[in-house]
Amino acid sequence: MSLDPTTLAAILGMALVTWLCRIGGLALAGRLRLSGRAAAAFEAIPPAVLTAVIAPTLLVTGPAETLAGAVTIAAALRLPLLATVVVGVGAVLVLRTAGL
Amino acid sequence: MTDDRTVSTELRAAAADLAPAVIAAMPIGLLFGALATAKGMSPLEAVLASALMFSGGAQLAAVEIWHHPVPIAALVASTLLINARFLLMSASLAPKLPKLPLLARLVGFHALADENWALSESRAAEEAAAGRRITATYVFGQGWMFVAAWVAATALGAVVGPFLGDPRRLGADFAFTAIFVGLVASFVRRGGGGGVAAVLASAAAAAIAHRTLGAPWHILIGAAAGLLAAALLHRPAAGPKAVTR
Repeated sequence: MSLDPTTLAAILGMALVTWLCRIGGLALAGRLRLSGRAAAAFEAIPPAVLTAVIAPTLLVTGPAETLAGAVTIAAALRLPLLATVVVGVGAVLVLRTAGL
Repeated sequence: MTDDRTVSTELRAAAADLAPAVIAAMPIGLLFGALATAKGMSPLEAVLASALMFSGGAQLAAVEIWHHPVPIAALVASTLLINARFLLMSASLAPKLPKLPLLARLVGFHALADENWALSESRAAEEAAAGRRITATYVFGQGWMFVAAWVAATALGAVVGPFLGDPRRLGADFAFTAIFVGLVASFVRRGGGGGVAAVLASAAAAAIAHRTLGAPWHILIGAAAGLLAAALLHRPAAGPKAVTR
């Protein structure tokens, strides 16, 4: 079990900026009073951020991922979360095995 | 108003809601542990990174750019870019929580991650419909369960990773994508047309940004495009409303 000082410094630096982002919202939160377009934008934060994270996998990785993504979206509109994950992983496995 | 929620019922609900996210996150934690040790980190360092960062996306990106000598500035900058979204997420969730001592918030919000944040937002919307607030027990209990699972998966990956082979072979890498699709779908189903427009704009902009500028810029650019679409398509007829309480 070794602990390299440079590695530790990198981990602590990454951990610190991550934590500051997590608690940064606490300072913002009390002061935000939004209406109209600003409120609509604020409410769109969750789906917009989550979509941006996965868009490259779904759209620009390969045909297997894109097709499996379409199957997963269809499943997500009908099934609970766990079933959606099972369908998605199953679809990508089948499509990759098929050589896409 | 009667409130039949107890610590035990809240923790049980939190665990049940979190279960699919844990199942999807386990392979990613295993993967991180395996990749980090393959890049020369010790199992202790990999576990420390998971406990202190608790951020799958940033940790995998860090492993990707990890080399010797360790590029500390590049690692910290990439992490900041990937995790800047937590700023928006905590700003959105914090006002929905009951009043808490500052220290509890500072410690509790360390356990904020995409999946449990989305679950908490979803739960907060349900509770608001029932005329009450989400409990801190649900939010932080769920968050710290997730931290524990993530650290455990990393430790396991760091130890057995070298014997596992490529996780892509099992489709495990796609579990992360599938769970995000499911979470986005739950938001779109609940929201109006602005939700769909935000998702489409974010997806297109993020894909283009990923192709042109590369990771992790696609997260910021995609999110910005989504917010812009939601703002532009907002119809005042729907009535202005305050977001915070």
